[in-house]
Amino acid sequence: MTGTTQTTGTSGTDAGRRGGPRLRAEDLTLSYDQRTVAEGLGVDIPDHSFTVIIGPNACGKSTLLKALARMLKPRSGKVYLDGAAIASYRSREVARRLGLLPQSSTAPGGITVGDLVARGRYPHQRLLKQWSAEDETAVTEAMRQTGVLELADRPVDDLSGGQRQRVWLSMVLAQQTSILLLDEPTTYLDIAHQVEVLDLCAKLHARKGHTVVAVLHDLNQACRYATHLIVMKPGGTVAAEGDPSTVMTAELVQDVFGLPCRIIDDPETGTPLMIPAAPQRHEPAGTPARAGASPATAMAAETS
Amino acid sequence: MTEPCPAGARPRVVTGRVLRTRSGGISLRLQGRALAVSALLAAVVTVVMGVTLTTGDFELSLGEVLDALVGSGSGAADFIVNTLRMPRLVTALCVGAALAVSGAILQSLTGNSLGSPDIIGFTNGSATGALLVIVVLHGSMTQIALGALVGGLATAAVVYLLMLGGGLQGFRLVVIGIGVSALLLAVNSYLITRASWQEALEAQAWLLGSLGNRLWDHANAIGLAVAVLLPLALLLARRLSMVEMGETTAMALGVNVGRTRAALLVVSVALAAFATAVTGPIWFVALAAPQLARRLAGTSGPALLSSALMGAALLSLSDLVVQRVFAPALLPVGTATGTIGGLYLIWLLVTESRKSRA
Repeated sequence: MTGTTQTTGTSGTDAGRRGGPRLRAEDLTLSYDQRTVAEGLGVDIPDHSFTVIIGPNACGKSTLLKALARMLKPRSGKVYLDGAAIASYRSREVARRLGLLPQSSTAPGGITVGDLVARGRYPHQRLLKQWSAEDETAVTEAMRQTGVLELADRPVDDLSGGQRQRVWLSMVLAQQTSILLLDEPTTYLDIAHQVEVLDLCAKLHARKGHTVVAVLHDLNQACRYATHLIVMKPGGTVAAEGDPSTVMTAELVQDVFGLPCRIIDDPETGTPLMIPAAPQRHEPAGTPARAGASPATAMAAETS
Repeated sequence: MTEPCPAGARPRVVTGRVLRTRSGGISLRLQGRALAVSALLAAVVTVVMGVTLTTGDFELSLGEVLDALVGSGSGAADFIVNTLRMPRLVTALCVGAALAVSGAILQSLTGNSLGSPDIIGFTNGSATGALLVIVVLHGSMTQIALGALVGGLATAAVVYLLMLGGGLQGFRLVVIGIGVSALLLAVNSYLITRASWQEALEAQAWLLGSLGNRLWDHANAIGLAVAVLLPLALLLARRLSMVEMGETTAMALGVNVGRTRAALLVVSVALAAFATAVTGPIWFVALAAPQLARRLAGTSGPALLSSALMGAALLSLSDLVVQRVFAPALLPVGTATGTIGGLYLIWLLVTESRKSRA
């Protein structure tokens, strides 16, 4: 299976390709132990974009994100950060350039919000430089941006899920990297908190010009917030990428997710809105199916 | 459980007190409560030292003890302090600190309060090494200690090999360690059945874990181990607290997790092996001291310094009780550590659960 990526023609390029995006992956083979998740996978993350990666379960979205953040060593292929192979950097140096919000983290028992956010400053600190004035500014600023500043001295254990996610996000912001990778930042959050977190990411992207890369599950949220959409399909290949309004088609969703659907304009934003086809009607067992109640007519009636 | 911000010029977003040089070249964050707990424990250790050195079959005044320590005491005082009491006391302090720090590191790495060297097999491995020397090689005291050291390190190596491929995840370490520990216990029992009556007696005496008849050889060996390994552990403490947040998070923040874990595991195993080699297995200190220290200090990371002091205080106090209260009966110090530490932990757990229910 070959990936339909646009990085063809870059074969033989080495580190130091100036003018290219700050973060890109070339010809990655990704695997956990014996199980190969992706082969020949290449992506460019456009600078200053809000890139969203979507795809069905187990297609390798999170794995790709991990490889981009150097959490997972590719079996072959390379990830380039600022023109040099990411594997050639020291751990701390990567952490000064690129922040990652993992799917799950453990807050140490009893830690306060401020102390947890302060841990985001670790890559900037030294044994005898544990809390500089810059650290203080960065942490305060990060907490202000996510609206958790007033929670600074509360224990993290006492917070709600939405508040907690904002605290973890502040920790990544306190790292002060201009590239942010977010692995399913909205999982386990209710719909209001999902929107809140995504709005926050969009704000950071728009105001600060940060490059944000997020793995999301909800296609419509992805279309709303992404400036660049990467659609992956099972087997770890890129099915399509680009502007959501051109990428998102009913054929693509059928192809990638195996889900019949329609794409309409989001009445709020004008971005593509995916509506799954109406479910099959199920009659109580024993009654003969009525004519004229096929899914297609039901859907037409629903949306007309 | 957090220290309120000290009333400084402006409210800080982080806990603790910040000390900065004017140029900003050096800045430190100090946790008031952790420091206070450490100071308190150091005071306890000092009092225990004073009582241990002055009381006993032959009572000495504090002045006589101090004179003896600086080398200008009378012959009798010099012998009692420098040959009888001091080596035993130094051994107790260092073994206590070593066990506590070893336990603190392992509990933090495994994220499990059962992750201590006596639970996950290192102590039983040391015992196997010692028993092999006693029963098979008929070795001297020094050789027994060496056997215990090798046994502990070899057990750690085996546990490490069993875990290869799966990563150093906390729960795996505890489970594999408990399995190895059970296996070694069976080996130890078998070795004792193979021993002569005389050897079995010697083996049993070693297995009880005692500070009796410890000389400067013992004190120097464990003292040197602590002097080298404790600073190393303290240097790695910041990284250890980062690793507690999970492998991915720590890596994302620029910590080389694999190297940090391996280094800390080596330090922890070595501390436990040296301690056990010197005194035989002393249970509970490695398990309880870090828990007590962390609860008292109220820190969100592993409180290694407080743990070390807590271990030293716990073991030296236990030994004092064993020597003075139960004399002339020869009670092994392990029994006392189990009793004192266990009672305190039960009390803590009961009060904590009451608090959380309220």
